[in-house]
Amino acid sequence: MKKVALIQGNEACAQAAIYAGCRFFAGYPITPSSEIAEVLSRKLPEIGGTFIQMEDEIGAMAAVIGASLCGLKAMDATSGPGLSLKQELIGYACMAEIPCVLVNVMRGGPSTGMPTGPSQSDIMATRWGTHGDHATIAVAPASCQEIFSETVRAFNLAETYRLPVHILMDEIIAHMREKIVFPEEGELEVLNRAEPTVPPAAYKPFDASFGDVPPLAAMGSNYRYHVTGLNKAEDGFPTTKAALVDAEERRQLRKVDVAAVAKNEEYLLDDAEFVIVSFGVVSRSARFAINQLRNRGIRAGMLRPITLWPFPAQRVAEVAKNARAVIVPEMNLGQMIGEVERAVCGACPTRSILRVDGEPITPQQIIDEVEEVQHVL
Amino acid sequence: MAIPTIEINEKYCKGCGICVTFCPAKALALENFKAKAIKPEACVKCMQCELRCPDFAIRIS
Amino acid sequence: MSFDYEKYLRPGKLPHIWCPGCGHGIILKGLIRAIDKCRLAKNRTAIVSGIGCASRLPGYVDFNTVHTAHGRAAAFATGMKLADPELTVICVGGDGDGVAIGGNHFIHACRRNIDLTYIIMNNNIYGMTGGQFSPCTPTGAFASTTPYGNPDPVFDIARLAIGAGATFVARTTAYHALQIDKLITEGILHKGMAIIEVVDGCPTSYGRRNKFKSPSDMMTWLKDAAIPVEKTEGMSEKDLEGKIVTGILHRDETRPEYCEQYALLRERAQRKEG
Repeated sequence: MKKVALIQGNEACAQAAIYAGCRFFAGYPITPSSEIAEVLSRKLPEIGGTFIQMEDEIGAMAAVIGASLCGLKAMDATSGPGLSLKQELIGYACMAEIPCVLVNVMRGGPSTGMPTGPSQSDIMATRWGTHGDHATIAVAPASCQEIFSETVRAFNLAETYRLPVHILMDEIIAHMREKIVFPEEGELEVLNRAEPTVPPAAYKPFDASFGDVPPLAAMGSNYRYHVTGLNKAEDGFPTTKAALVDAEERRQLRKVDVAAVAKNEEYLLDDAEFVIVSFGVVSRSARFAINQLRNRGIRAGMLRPITLWPFPAQRVAEVAKNARAVIVPEMNLGQMIGEVERAVCGACPTRSILRVDGEPITPQQIIDEVEEVQHVL
Repeated sequence: MAIPTIEINEKYCKGCGICVTFCPAKALALENFKAKAIKPEACVKCMQCELRCPDFAIRIS
Repeated sequence: MSFDYEKYLRPGKLPHIWCPGCGHGIILKGLIRAIDKCRLAKNRTAIVSGIGCASRLPGYVDFNTVHTAHGRAAAFATGMKLADPELTVICVGGDGDGVAIGGNHFIHACRRNIDLTYIIMNNNIYGMTGGQFSPCTPTGAFASTTPYGNPDPVFDIARLAIGAGATFVARTTAYHALQIDKLITEGILHKGMAIIEVVDGCPTSYGRRNKFKSPSDMMTWLKDAAIPVEKTEGMSEKDLEGKIVTGILHRDETRPEYCEQYALLRERAQRKEG
């Protein structure tokens, strides 16, 4: 019989990390993500893994990248202020192409904001939060069960693409308790990074002849190499040669297969005239609202990005073609709406429902908005 | 005793002059911003120049 | 006998980027001799640095080498060491990198007494960015951002390390080439956090602004200012002003090492679980 439990979102995330093969966690206490660290401080040593509470957020990210470089699947968890501090090293992991997973349990902001209040205001900070051009993958679960499966997927994506992968949660789903059915071993796919097979002397950590994601050797194994945050040539050593820098930078963006990474839930979308694009906790209100609207004969549906970055622009554009309006409820002052508008590109009207008072967007707010739009249009 | 060979790699030498200053036998000098063994026969093989050369440019044998 | 450095250098990387007379090359040679003395296997040794002139060192040597972000060497190294406790992990970097922007990681790595060897190449200045003052620039000295003399007091790196809990703390200078490898060797063999501060001259960015006419002048200063710790007994703070106290300043073999402590914690956790 499968193991079933009533657990908190943060705990589901921690348990899933272990399922995914995570054996190293470094973190720094921050509300509302601290339970992830607390659970892993107990669980990891039990299975031979390592938990360390670092001196600060930056140190936690550094230790995670260091451990990953030595071959361990590694994770860090934080909230907005921590994300701000880690930005330089997120860029380092992008540039040096070292896999790791970073959980961000979103709270209000900017600055200290509302540490115990939910928010979805780090959408753009997640996409652009480090200097320079870089690829971003972010997954955004909406239930405890999905936190489990998406955490496993986040590790798979990190290892597949040699990238830091973000798990974007919000305070509500992170602290919510729900029943979850624990997947059995082997039930969810668990992927490991590609390791080199060439003779050690021939190994180049960024050799694009092996594809856009070259194999990564564990430091301390038979392969010996150099890693830097400088623009690098295939052998890992710094270069300022224009052609090499250009090729590296472009490969680093190109390497994420947008179609393979994409994951959306489409709820009653086939005949939807009113398309709600929402994710995380807001999608739960949206689902309830859609059911109510359908009962009243209003054809509403939802496109829910589970992979939030890369943003499913193409799919949004497709569903907008047959929609009377696209409505974007989000717990910030207008972040995802920009991406949606860019994708819809005038094919139909778009509307925002924005909320930043520390309370979730209610189903009624969404129902009211759809009904209003219906009358206006 | 054979005269020591003072090998100076001109490609590496940056002409800082540290070897010249600390050679107790005055066997070295700077010429055209490069170290040069001007009196190898005076060399006492103390290795001070080799040890303190920051540029891997001197070998005594 | 000449030492064969080639064996540990990556081919084709010399001449290095350091300026004429910069002591970093002397320290690099000392590090190589120490690694040779300790007979460390190349595949099982990692050299980790931050950002700055000194932090370019890893690029030249044929080990696992990680050139991280500014100030973060000790934190990266902590993750690496915990992931692979049998790996020999050596940090290198400058004074600004290590104890200004990286100060928090530095003191906490010392506090944990994790088995790292950290070589701080202290040239009293930010060299790579053009000579701005660092926490180790002497008070009153000139730097590109202290045109009227440095108003700041100085960090004593060795004392900081001792206070923070490092269990092997030593100091020497770039002039004292043989002592460099001797102290680094001891640091590598020491089980726990070892800090080796090597006071170094930056002729380009520090020397020129502070009446050192040549690299040799800087070396002479290091030679004259150094005083072995054994000879400082009975000397007052005032007597020691301007002196560089060299040798092993602190050694404690009794405090537990962090990775070993964590291994014991794991055993406790597993007993509890079983």
